Amino acid sequence: MSGKGMNLTLKIWRQKDAQSKGKMETYNVTDISEHMSFLEMMDVLNEQLIASGDEPVAFDHDCREGICGMCSLYINGEAHGPDRGITTCQLHMRMFNDGDTIYIEPWRAAAFPVIKDLVVDRTSFERIQQAGGYISVNTSGNTQDANALPISKHAADEAMDAATCIGCGACVATCKNSSAMLFVGAKVSQYALLPQGQVEAADRVKNMVAQMDLEGFGNCTNTGACEIECPKGISLENIARMNRELMKASIK
Amino acid sequence: MSGFFKSSIGRKVAMALSAFFLMFFLIIHLAVNLTSIFSEDLFNELSHFMGTNPAVQFAMQPVLLFGVVFHFVMGFVLELRNRKAIGVSYAKNNGAANSTWMSRNMIYSGLVILAFLVLHFIDFWIPEINVKYIQGDMSGMHDGEFRYFHELQHKFLSPARVGAYVIAFILLALHLLHGFTSAFQSMGSTAGRKKALQTFGKVYSIIIPLGFIIVAVYHHFNHH
Amino acid sequence: MSVLDSKVPKGPIKDKWTTYKDKIDLVNPANKRNIDVIVVGTGLAGGSAAATLAELGYNVKAFAYQDSPRRAHSIAAQGGINAAKNYMGDGDSTYRLFYDTVKGGDYRSREANVHRLAEVSGNIIDQCVAQGVPFARDYGGLLDNRSFGGVLVSRTFYAKGQTGQQLLLGAYSAMNRQIARGKIQMYNRHEMLDVVVVDGKARGIITRNLITGEIERHSAHAVVIGSGGYGNVYFLSTNAMGSNATAAWKIHKKGAFFANPCYTQIHPTCIPRSGDYQSKLTLMSESLRNDGRIWVPKNIEDAKAIQQGKLKPTDLAEEDRDYYLERRYPAFGNLVPRDVASRAAKERCDAGYGVNATGEAVYLDFAAAIERYGKEQAKIQGIDNPSADKVYDLGQAIVEAKYGNLFQMYEKIVDENPYKTPMMIYPATHYTMGGVWVDYNLMTTVPGLYCIGEANFSDHGANRLGASALMQGLADGYFVLPYTIGDYLSDEIRTGAIPTDTPEFEEAEKAVKSQIDFFMNNNGTKSVDHFHKRLGKVMWDKVGMARNEKGLKEAMAEIKAIREEFWKDVKVPGIANEMNPELEKAGRVADFLELGELFAKDALMREESCGGHFREESVEESGEQKGEAKRNDKDFAFVAAWEFKGEPADAVLHKEELEFKDIELKQRSYK
Repeated sequence: MSGKGMNLTLKIWRQKDAQSKGKMETYNVTDISEHMSFLEMMDVLNEQLIASGDEPVAFDHDCREGICGMCSLYINGEAHGPDRGITTCQLHMRMFNDGDTIYIEPWRAAAFPVIKDLVVDRTSFERIQQAGGYISVNTSGNTQDANALPISKHAADEAMDAATCIGCGACVATCKNSSAMLFVGAKVSQYALLPQGQVEAADRVKNMVAQMDLEGFGNCTNTGACEIECPKGISLENIARMNRELMKASIK
Repeated sequence: MSGFFKSSIGRKVAMALSAFFLMFFLIIHLAVNLTSIFSEDLFNELSHFMGTNPAVQFAMQPVLLFGVVFHFVMGFVLELRNRKAIGVSYAKNNGAANSTWMSRNMIYSGLVILAFLVLHFIDFWIPEINVKYIQGDMSGMHDGEFRYFHELQHKFLSPARVGAYVIAFILLALHLLHGFTSAFQSMGSTAGRKKALQTFGKVYSIIIPLGFIIVAVYHHFNHH
Repeated sequence: MSVLDSKVPKGPIKDKWTTYKDKIDLVNPANKRNIDVIVVGTGLAGGSAAATLAELGYNVKAFAYQDSPRRAHSIAAQGGINAAKNYMGDGDSTYRLFYDTVKGGDYRSREANVHRLAEVSGNIIDQCVAQGVPFARDYGGLLDNRSFGGVLVSRTFYAKGQTGQQLLLGAYSAMNRQIARGKIQMYNRHEMLDVVVVDGKARGIITRNLITGEIERHSAHAVVIGSGGYGNVYFLSTNAMGSNATAAWKIHKKGAFFANPCYTQIHPTCIPRSGDYQSKLTLMSESLRNDGRIWVPKNIEDAKAIQQGKLKPTDLAEEDRDYYLERRYPAFGNLVPRDVASRAAKERCDAGYGVNATGEAVYLDFAAAIERYGKEQAKIQGIDNPSADKVYDLGQAIVEAKYGNLFQMYEKIVDENPYKTPMMIYPATHYTMGGVWVDYNLMTTVPGLYCIGEANFSDHGANRLGASALMQGLADGYFVLPYTIGDYLSDEIRTGAIPTDTPEFEEAEKAVKSQIDFFMNNNGTKSVDHFHKRLGKVMWDKVGMARNEKGLKEAMAEIKAIREEFWKDVKVPGIANEMNPELEKAGRVADFLELGELFAKDALMREESCGGHFREESVEESGEQKGEAKRNDKDFAFVAAWEFKGEPADAVLHKEELEFKDIELKQRSYK
């Protein structure tokens, strides 16, 4: 490669475990290629820390192709960093300049407590899904033929758009209220848009919203930040739909 | 249904409902105020009607008061809950990258409007209540003519008060610029995300506060 | 007689599964409540198995190293899932899917298993639709299908380019329902570090809680491993960073035979490596080859100039380009199977014709497709004599509609506009057909120990067809294992709860702890990744797309040497009793360092070319097929199942002869 790598100052949140207090620490990395992904830059930092006898920075990551939803960094004040429509693992260093200072923090929300350094606990999302994010059908394989129930292309496409949520939590991290409504709205919407989801629709939305509130997520004030920062472009319409669904369910 | 209004979404809906009500009230209030520029008599008559009609005084006024109090109490309740939901704050947060200043600062624009309301009540509402229900003078007259217009002009003599009004209404405009479309979204309507309604919302959010400002400034410079 | 008993039922192939299911032992619902099953891994196979077993009434404990079952790497599958529904009326059938899969696997899979897979494929689609999986539909509201991987029928169901994600979310939702009912106990951020065998039966596992570092014992009446493939033995692959072979390798060391490790799929259309810091490779859907033309420069001077950045691909005239797939395989052209396309790219790059700075890339060019679509559109829209720009614009719109998201992904990673300049691609390790040996019941050679999905070896032979991995994972988890496991568990109804305070658990836990203690106290000097990268390089260079005896022998020796150095000099920072990603990696790489050697040994033993395994010594000597892979059915029509004997090099080979009663064996030809 060209060899004109970047030198960067990193301000990173370090926290030993859930009980300990954390603080921002400063590190320097040198000769970072613009073709590196952000997480590869973190790998470089960690190799450097290991070599110097320090403890590497813990951060969540897995597929590194933007689909598993594991990576979760708040970079320079934005969830998944300054680029749009991507996760942190798809962020490339060409978005930064030589000499930059980069702030790297974990998702912040009371419902996402820090486990270590940049790793947070998102099991609150799990419990919301367990409260109703499913269709109650047992595995038999012949409930009915898949084509016995035509579904309009429009509804199927819209359900698919809602279903592309990767559950990374960027919406919560970005929201000034730490609200999880984009995430829950997407899940409620996927099923609300499909005929298979209708039977349990009322209970589903009530139970999922109740669990969301119980987990201590904040309330939506419609700033729209979640939609902008969402790596999968999940639309705010899903929140409106969830609101409608809950109203409908409560009147019944 | 009672469970609904305890849920986060229910509270949002309640905020939106009270907001719609207050936005409608603003139109009425402005319409009455604007008459003061064109016709002293019409303004006096309307003010007297509003101030003495039992339906307005004993049915609509309590509802309005409830609406106002509800909107800001619920606003505070939600803000406190939301602050609790955040936990630790970011060392660096770039809110401007993904949202408007208005949407992020509803609590502050709201607080300014609340402070204004206190001033407004001291200026107009409390003296009215005093005259009408404590002193028992329901005539609306002073020195043989309607007092409303003169009281209005008298208040706007002070440049400080006019200045405070102008600032408050600018904040109201900012509050409405987010609040108008936000209320639709909270009600589960996607109309707020349609171009036409967004444009209407912008026009409304600027015209209404501007109208109030014009009235205040007009009377400041045109008193007799 | 081999020690391996595949337990394939007797009778005609199309009746085997039905008849077998009719006669299989079932467990009474009241007894299922008293039976525990452990499922390791929550991808399509593990997730669907956990949900279904819990629905049936078993007490399931499910384990995932990720923070949620939904993040298992099945989520990354793009293209689709095959099913013999024949919704398109184009002549598809169970038999045809069966035939295509056996042929595609180069006749190295077990016929009965593949037929069963084809039989249940339709049920998978029914089940997923019932769960609310939003498959693509046409305007009539019915499910849409596409053709995939060069097969003759359209049988691939898809959900945009995120089919794996949607199927996994379906299985995950089924799991959530059972977690809420208390029938699945979900252990997120837990890694299985060993299996516990009591009186010859699998009775539990030892895990590490990845948050607290706590070593835990979990017991059950049966253990199911669905932990995915071992592609990360190459360090760089399209697998997730955490994808590992530890669960599969640990059970191998406790008696489960490991089959055909050398069968690995190298996928031709991945984004090339850009530098030494590279941590993983990104796959782009194979569908790109439907419209893209693959080429390298015809002249070595041009290739050198391009590598040095002195020449642009668009500057090269048509006659100076070598469309090598079209040249070598006129019948299939750019649509030859994955293994063939990958080897051809390697052949050109090895000869010096690669096109990026590393010399490891070929072009995938859409210029011709853009022009073709543009002219077509101009005709449709009634534009006479359209300008070149107009044609380009019209054509680009079509290409964008078809592949827009892939082009965007490419541009994000490479920072080049693929509409303007050809894409660069290079093969990367993608899927491992080999894995733990299982019988027809999906049980390993250890009683009560099952293995499903990519982790087992069973259905894809030496090469996997596109859109078949998702099918196999869900078939195993939803429709096969839940039946076959009953046959074993019906004998366990009187066993009662399995205690964990027995010597076997004690011993397994001690071994796990001592390995962790070793890592924490070994004051080495080199990081885990250092060793992993070295292993990956040996694997890629000598056990990669083309293999020969000399290279494989060297690889075995080199891997052994790296392993020995690893155990002397590895450095693991931090402490054991907290979250420690380096410690997690150390354990996984230790296992890869053993598996890699067995992998090379298996490749060395298999002196034939079949599917993803290409031996340079085994090629056609003459005729039209000269230089192409040559299979040797006389000597190698068997499954190589390896028994662990202390060192990978000492592993003992057991053969399961493959019989093809319904399909005639043919050499593949794409000329």
